[in-house]
Amino acid sequence: MSISTAKAASAAAAAPHLAAKRRERWANGRTYISAALIFIWCLLPFYWMIVTAFRDVGYTFDPTPFFTHVTWDNFTTVFSEDLGNHFARNLLNSLLVAGVTTIVALLFGVFAAYALARLEFRFKFLVLGFVLGASMFPGVALVTPLFQLFTNIGWYGTYQALIIPNISFVLPLTVYTLTSFFREMPWELEESARIDGCTQGQAFRKVIMPLAAPAVFTTAILAFIAAWNEFLIASQLSNESTKTVTVAIAYFAGAQPHQEPYTAVMAAGTVVTIPLVILVLVFQRKIVAGLTAGAVK
Amino acid sequence: MSTHAQPTTVRGTAGPNAGHENKEVGQDRKAKTQGRWAATLILPTVIVLGIVIVYPVVNAIIMSFQQDEGLDPVTGSFVAGGFAGVANYVHWLFQQCPAPDGGTTACSPGSLGAQFWSAMGTTFFFTVVTVVLETVLGFWMAIIMARTFKGRSALRAAVLVPWAIPTAVTAKLWFFIFAFDGIANKLFGTAILWTGSEGPARTAIIIADVWKTTPFMALLILAGLQMIPAEVYEAAKVDGASAWQRFTQITLPLVKPALMVAILFRVLDALRMYDLPAIMTGGANGTTTLSILVVDQIRQGFNSAAALSTITFLVIFLVAFIFVRFLGANAVQSATGPGKGKGK
Repeated sequence: MSISTAKAASAAAAAPHLAAKRRERWANGRTYISAALIFIWCLLPFYWMIVTAFRDVGYTFDPTPFFTHVTWDNFTTVFSEDLGNHFARNLLNSLLVAGVTTIVALLFGVFAAYALARLEFRFKFLVLGFVLGASMFPGVALVTPLFQLFTNIGWYGTYQALIIPNISFVLPLTVYTLTSFFREMPWELEESARIDGCTQGQAFRKVIMPLAAPAVFTTAILAFIAAWNEFLIASQLSNESTKTVTVAIAYFAGAQPHQEPYTAVMAAGTVVTIPLVILVLVFQRKIVAGLTAGAVK
Repeated sequence: MSTHAQPTTVRGTAGPNAGHENKEVGQDRKAKTQGRWAATLILPTVIVLGIVIVYPVVNAIIMSFQQDEGLDPVTGSFVAGGFAGVANYVHWLFQQCPAPDGGTTACSPGSLGAQFWSAMGTTFFFTVVTVVLETVLGFWMAIIMARTFKGRSALRAAVLVPWAIPTAVTAKLWFFIFAFDGIANKLFGTAILWTGSEGPARTAIIIADVWKTTPFMALLILAGLQMIPAEVYEAAKVDGASAWQRFTQITLPLVKPALMVAILFRVLDALRMYDLPAIMTGGANGTTTLSILVVDQIRQGFNSAAALSTITFLVIFLVAFIFVRFLGANAVQSATGPGKGKGK
């Protein structure tokens, strides 16, 4: 478009100055209204969970939208061994399963992602396709054969029986995310290190690793959240002593039998969710970058 | 990629012709060492994925052609194991169960065998409805988040909260919200038994799913929106394009690659939906998805379950293929970066 048209258009726009200003203010107002709606829609159910978690069980269905009848009782119920809840144990199980899964996935994923982002080789497209396909793989297609296999070799209910299938979706996620992160790093520094006499291995360790640390850290958070939130595999392949938190919450026992222990479940949900939410709020920028890495670019 | 950094320095010391030859030889050798390096770095991951995915899948396919041992629920007679041919697939696809006379008959209503096509229908119903809602809502959220205003980063953080909450917790939370005495009924002044019949049960699950996964969609679309240069909009504005025209003529086509990948991810994720219906309704009242049916079948016979999980896997694979092949959702290409991947 020519500059003269642009000038003419802006001159035309300047004439009804007031109307434009009013229109702009109206547009701004609409943005704020929409933003508020999204904000409320996303946070209100979460808020309701916390309010209920701190509410006396007798007032479970009290619709008062503020913190009323506040009590810690629900959290006591959650951790009550007498009621048959082993929530502390479940938390440790989740921590162990998600932690080991994340570490293993990173250990393998870092090298694969480096090669995919950095090196030219045949079948690169194929490898990426395989990794992507793996991440979209349905969990049930693994659970059936693994259920039988683990039962046969006596692994049913063990930690490795939970960690191994978790790797099937966490490792692809790790490779995928890291590959797109690595592609955007300042690799010229590696070239200069190599010119200065470093081998490719040295350049990787001394120059690239420190640079890559934030990307690896972000990927670790995403991998951990994915493993921590896993339900299907854990619900089928864990037993009473290796049960993870997601499974425990789904089949929670309350003080009264045959009565859904809503407030206690909300308390358990709060315990599981608060660390994640804090993690997400602190590393918001990085997590968004990690989530969207690869999908666009 | 700056593959010519080294050859350039070589060329600096030798003559132009020698440099040219050196460059060719150097690149060739470089490609070879790179290939070896790449193989060393990638092989462990490929092997691990092979063990945790390919092995179980091959195992499941072999199992799916075996007969389940045990007492026949209909005839009460013992059924030996052994090769079953495609009997397990026939069982699911044609909803045929063993008959007392040794042949097959239509599975009795309510049995797992009679639920295959309804589970398929439920799965696709959930997939289409949730993904359409999430795309529309996600687009709207992304457009709002892309604007500059005070509190934008607070909004982006808030959007991440539903995403971070484990699906099992999300299911319990909405189960509570949709309880008969729960806040949903009080808020709308209704008295619906949400998990008691098909319509409300499906609605509750869809709302829970939309709440949980729209943020993911919105963030992917937002990332696509941010790739569009502002000048394009400025130019269109100056040309007198209306807001709607700018959306349909600029935003949509330019955001389409990112949008298609986001939709592909969500569709494949929705097709394997398990957590929400399993926890909220246990699969009752028309909410049994394929994944739930597989899990229900596992304890009644591995081999039959393996056939069903193989069908599920093939369905998802087929949908992914259609998306990539005909709708241009090329996730692999966008992962390999612009311009790459094509012709390889």
